[in-house]
Formats: sequence, C-alpha cells, structure tokens
Amino acid sequence: MDKKLLNSNKLPFCAGCGHHLISLNTQKALEKLNIDPLDVILVSDIGCHGIIDKFSNSHTVHGLHGRSVALASGISLGLKNKDKKVIVFIGDGGATIGMQHLLEAARLDIDLTVIIHNNMLYGMTGGQASGFTPKGFVTTTTPEQSKTRNYDICQLALSAKASFVARVITKPDFSDIIIEGLKNEGFSLIEALELCPSYALKMNKNMKLKDILEQIGEKEFVVKNDNYRWEYYKNSTTDLFEKVKILEKKYEHNLKRTFCIQLSGSAGEGVQTAGEVFAYGAVLSGLSVNQRGSYPVTVGVGFSTSEVIISPEKDCTYNVNSPDFMIITSIDGLNVNIEKLKSFKGIVYLDNSLETPKTDAKIIKYDFRKFGAKNSAIFSLLYLLKENKLYPVESFIEGLQITNIKEKVALDKFKEELKI
Amino acid sequence: MKDGKKIFVNGSFLIVESIARAGADTFVGYPITPSNYLYLYSSKRLPLTFHAPDEITTLQWMSGLSATGRLPITATSFPGFALMVESINMAFMMELPMVIILAQRLGPSTGTATCGASGDLLLIRGMISGGYPIPTLAISDFKDCWELPEKAVKIAVNLRTPVILLTSKETAMTNRTFDITSLKEIKKVERKFYSSDETYIPYKPEKNLVPQFLPLSSNKHQIRFTASTHDQKGVLQHSTKEALENSARLYKKIVSNLKDFTFYEYDEDGKENLIVTFDVSSVVSKEAIRELRKEGKKVSLLVAKTVVPIPDIYYEIISKYKKVYVVEENLNGELCEIIFGSKTPDNIVKINSIGKMISIDKIKEEVIKNG
Repeated sequence: MDKKLLNSNKLPFCAGCGHHLISLNTQKALEKLNIDPLDVILVSDIGCHGIIDKFSNSHTVHGLHGRSVALASGISLGLKNKDKKVIVFIGDGGATIGMQHLLEAARLDIDLTVIIHNNMLYGMTGGQASGFTPKGFVTTTTPEQSKTRNYDICQLALSAKASFVARVITKPDFSDIIIEGLKNEGFSLIEALELCPSYALKMNKNMKLKDILEQIGEKEFVVKNDNYRWEYYKNSTTDLFEKVKILEKKYEHNLKRTFCIQLSGSAGEGVQTAGEVFAYGAVLSGLSVNQRGSYPVTVGVGFSTSEVIISPEKDCTYNVNSPDFMIITSIDGLNVNIEKLKSFKGIVYLDNSLETPKTDAKIIKYDFRKFGAKNSAIFSLLYLLKENKLYPVESFIEGLQITNIKEKVALDKFKEELKI
Repeated sequence: MKDGKKIFVNGSFLIVESIARAGADTFVGYPITPSNYLYLYSSKRLPLTFHAPDEITTLQWMSGLSATGRLPITATSFPGFALMVESINMAFMMELPMVIILAQRLGPSTGTATCGASGDLLLIRGMISGGYPIPTLAISDFKDCWELPEKAVKIAVNLRTPVILLTSKETAMTNRTFDITSLKEIKKVERKFYSSDETYIPYKPEKNLVPQFLPLSSNKHQIRFTASTHDQKGVLQHSTKEALENSARLYKKIVSNLKDFTFYEYDEDGKENLIVTFDVSSVVSKEAIRELRKEGKKVSLLVAKTVVPIPDIYYEIISKYKKVYVVEENLNGELCEIIFGSKTPDNIVKINSIGKMISIDKIKEEVIKNG
C-alpha cells in the first residue's frame, strides 16, 4: 500500500473537534488492514464531517444531506467485486434526515461501514438542537437545556437487525472498533460521540461524554450479530414476449365499423376481467382492440368500469366520443354514469334491480345478476354479444379460456339461459 | 389484420421489454398507481431489482448503482416523483446515467391515482435548481412505448445524465392489440468507460461537453462524484471560475447536443391549421385530424416527443401556420406555456381537459370554429 487514506495532516475541522479523531482512526484502521485507498469508497454528505472528501485519496462520493447511507447502499449493491470497502461518514443531523435509509440498510445487511459523527447538535448551521441532543444539553436553540430526550440510534439499528453495532466515545485510538466494522461483511454502524468545540463545549462547560452517557442511561458497547445473506442477482432473465400468447385469428366477425362497449358494475364483481375476456374474444375474431379500466383508488370498493373499443381497422382508435353500448350491472355502476346517461344516445343494458335513470337512450333491462354477483359482468357481455352479433360467441368462450376463468364462471347456465 | 403476430398487452409491457433490450439492467422502485405494471414487468425482466422503502431511497440507490456502472431505471407517478426531485438534481449534478419513467395521473397532490393526465411537464421543466433542462421524452402511442425507451437510454449514456421518460395512465395501463412483427429492432446501447492510463479527471469534458465515465470499481484512478458545486476533479468549491464553468457546462451539455435527441412527428397538410400535441392527446388529435380531413379540412400535426428542452424546429414548424391548436390533457396548457410563455399569442388556441381524455369532437369543434 503506497498511500494513506488522507492526503494532508491538516484537516479542515475546528481545533478540538472529534471529526479529526474519526478521520485519523479510519485511516489507521485501513492501514492496519492493509487496504489501499483506491479500494475504499468514502461516501459523505452535508455537514462539517463532509468536507473530508477533498482530503481523501480514496474514491469519494459527496451527496445530499442525510442521504449518504442510501447512496452508499446503491454503490454496495452495484459493485460486482466485493474487494471494495464502502465507508459512510454522516452526522447526527444526516442520521435523523436519513434514518429510514439507515434502518433499511441494516435490515438488508448491506455491506457498509457507517460512522455517525454524533456531536449531538447541528454544528454547521449554528449549533441547533438535533434529535440526538440529550435531555439537559444546552444548544443555541435550547439555551435553558434541552427538555426532550434523544434517539438511541444503536438500539434502532439493532432492532432493524444490523449485524454490527458499536457506540464509542471518540478517543485517540479506537481504530480496532472500526477494523471490526470493516471486517464485517454486512451492515456496520459505529456511533462515535463527540462534543462540538464551537458550540457544545462553550455552552456545556466541563461536560464529559462519559457523564452524558451515564445520565441518559446509555453506554459504550460493541455487538456482532449473524450476517444476513440474500441473493439479489437473477441468474437469467426471460424476454417478456416469451410468456405472452400470440393471438391468431380463428373466427370471422361481421363488423363494418368501430364499436365501443362500456361495462360498469361494482369492484370485486369481475368487471375488468370480463372486459378482458370480451377483448380477447374480439382479437380472436380478427378485430383490433383498445381496452382500459377505470375505478376508484381502493381496488375492492366502489364502481368498476371497463371500456372496450373493437375495430375492423388495422389500428384501433384509442378513444371514442361516446360508447355505442353501455352495460350497467349494479348500483355502483349506475351512480358513476348518472351524468353521462342524461345525454347518452346509444343502447343501455340495465340490470333488472336498478331504477331506470333519466336518459333518452334506449333501455333494455335484464336480470344480469341471476347467476350471482361474480357472474354478472361476464354474463352481461355474453348477452350483449348474442344480441348484437359483434363477433362469434365461440370466440368469446375462447377468451374465457385465455384469461383462465372458464372453469370459474357458470358457462353452462349462461348457454342454457341464452339458448346458445 | 390477417398478417403478423398479434399480442394484447398494455403500454408498460412494451416499455419494459424495450428498455431492457436497450441495456437497462437494474430496476429500483416503490409501487404507485399508475406505474405498477412497469414495476411488475421490470421485476420480472431486469437482472437486478430492488424494492426500495420509499422514492427518496429509490433515487439514491439508483444513483449509487449508476456510479458503479449499472444502468438503473425506475417508474413512478407525481407523488413519488416529487420525493425524487432533490435526488434527481443530485444525479444531474453528479452526471449519472439513469432513466426515470413518469406515468402521469391527475393532480394536484395525490389527485386521482387511477385517472390519466399530462400535468407534470411544467414541473419537469423547472425541477433542476438553476433552470437547467433535464432531457425528457414523451411517449405518444404504443409505437413510442417500443421506440422511445431505447432513445432515453441512449441519451442517459451518451450525455451522462438522468433522463425522464414521460407517459400516462392511459398508455401505461391500457391494453391494446399490437402486431409484434412491426417492431423495430432494439439495439443494446453501448457503454464506453474511460480506459486511458493518464490521470482520470472525473468532470473534464470532451468535445461534446460530456466527461468520460469511469465506474467506482476502478483501482487505477481516483473517482469523485459530487453533488455540490465542484471543479473538474470533483472537488467541492464555493464559486471558483472553474467550478462555475463546470455548472454552466451542465446546461450547455444538454442544449448543444439537443439535435441528437430531437424526436417529433410532423404530418403536413396545408398552411392554415396546425395541431401541436404530446403524450396521450396525440392519439385523439390524430383521430380528429383524420375525420377533419375526410370533411375536407386541411390540418397539419406536430407531435412533440422531445419535450424538454424544446427543439428549435418546433418554432420553425409553428411559424408556418395561421392557426395553431395546442392539445393537451391538463387544465391550462403546460406544453403551450413552455413553448409560448405565460401569455399565449392570439393565433394560438388551447384545447385542454382534465379528468378524462380530450374528445375527438372537442378538437374538431375548435378547429372548425377557429380555422
């Protein structure tokens, strides 16, 4: 190893700042492990600690405030060879902003060594209190002492199943702890406690880190847990086309123009699938098709509409001014179309259970729910198809097969009812 | 349609297969309607898939993955995209190739997740702090679902930049018959990494203003990626001349290479009327034009596919016409505002709609009334 991690003895930190000790101990740990700086990726973010990257002979990545753990996670996941060490320098401010990133990296045991420079306040922006400020600590925003308690980031990381966690008071030599963190082939979190000389030391005279720990019931410790291995590379990937059915024309249609059918019912009653069956049936008869769904955000509640446009032309239109047929199988389906029905000029197929709405359209009523709610959508489309002969019924039945619902619907009863 | 091999799929299916063939190798994402099919197909198709706990993590993981030489993509919708904005700024500044597929839905805010819209263009145009344009392509139909992802990957790689691929619920979630024999071959976008023995300077630009890329796996050269203002070495600077020039280069890099990613469709018919449109409104505009022409009306069409930055050619085309109709599925015309500014010239007619696709009749009525 030719080079040390740091390219200067003069680091850019205030006199007496613990950041010096963290940088120097990281350098020492890498030296002891004989790791070349170009086998190190140092990821930092915003905060006094982040100015270090200029002084590093390693690869450096300097990102957004609080996001360095997530950025480094991406790096670690992307590296093909594992001979690189990914080290994250982050402050207590960054650790609160990006706490989710820390917990996620711990949960997945992503191979990183994260060193939190915890000086218990926001040093770069003026010494304000952070989520890591302990109760009783004086900061510029808590001049009468902080009244709130602090996060225990080590316990949080352990709860998220981190494989290595250590809390240490910065001291001239704590490189052995960093070595242990670097040796762990998984997520290592080292919380290094320090006192900011510009704010904390001035406002909390004679305060010792040891005393703070005692006061808040925390202590220095090192915990090593089992590593968690998960395989995220796929050995092979398959072209999506290989799993898609090529639809060959098997039946003849008699359509002379484009038609649009709008089916509206209740969510959970198979409206979208029925629309797909109808669409597949049309394709098997040589028609081009455009099918889209509309429904509220919650998947299983409220209305559900499937609009199918079928066309004898090569390229089906994406949109029509108005459907030719509307099928409404439930009250949810009726309510969502009340406005549209007022000016609708086509044919409406309405379930017997529903009150006839205000409309100039021709209304045809039928007991579409006869074979139960789950059969209502599919049955109503078969009814429409038989009435209007848009394409052969056999093609629709094959559509049932393609969508794997042939066995789930009461097809024999449908046929008997419609005399097919 | 007797010939050919027909399949019945949604737009997401085509986008994912195409982008995978173009060389995207990693998907990172968090599910959100209407981009869920993109998420689903990507999980099946790409060699690496990571399910992030949120959209900020998504973009950060992608950035890290990109820095190691992978080509990551994600798919999201406005609420997720909003969370990504700061991190996309970072990736733009670090010059990390990636593609963000944005399937638009009705806003503001969470709006309606299952309702289409073309309402995020102004956000995209202004999303990079400092007014920098982020290359953005808008898919107008199923053919574009196949052809534009490859172009997006190419821009990302060749210009070292995040690229936004814009679509909407009406394309990403709509099923259509599609003839796969008509599909153009998608070639894997080649990536060249820095290979010289000379010291690598991470942000030293080549002639086309793009610096050469070297992944973090190198053990020969020091590599720096920096989100803050930085010099060519990637070292953070306050506001040195070199650092400010580097920032300004990011702007020039995009606009000076725009000719390589200017994509549009122009169908000329007469010099009276021109419909300018993008995204899903393109398909209804085409239908309207077809019907208008049958009725003897001359109407030309410009479908904008490169939507950020706006290519000069659009102005050249527009200037030929007496009346210009800008058709887009949003409240007040976002493409229109980007092209013409806050005050629309008198010969421009805006045709807009929210909550539903613009109807063919509405476009026809406006053209007949004004043209």
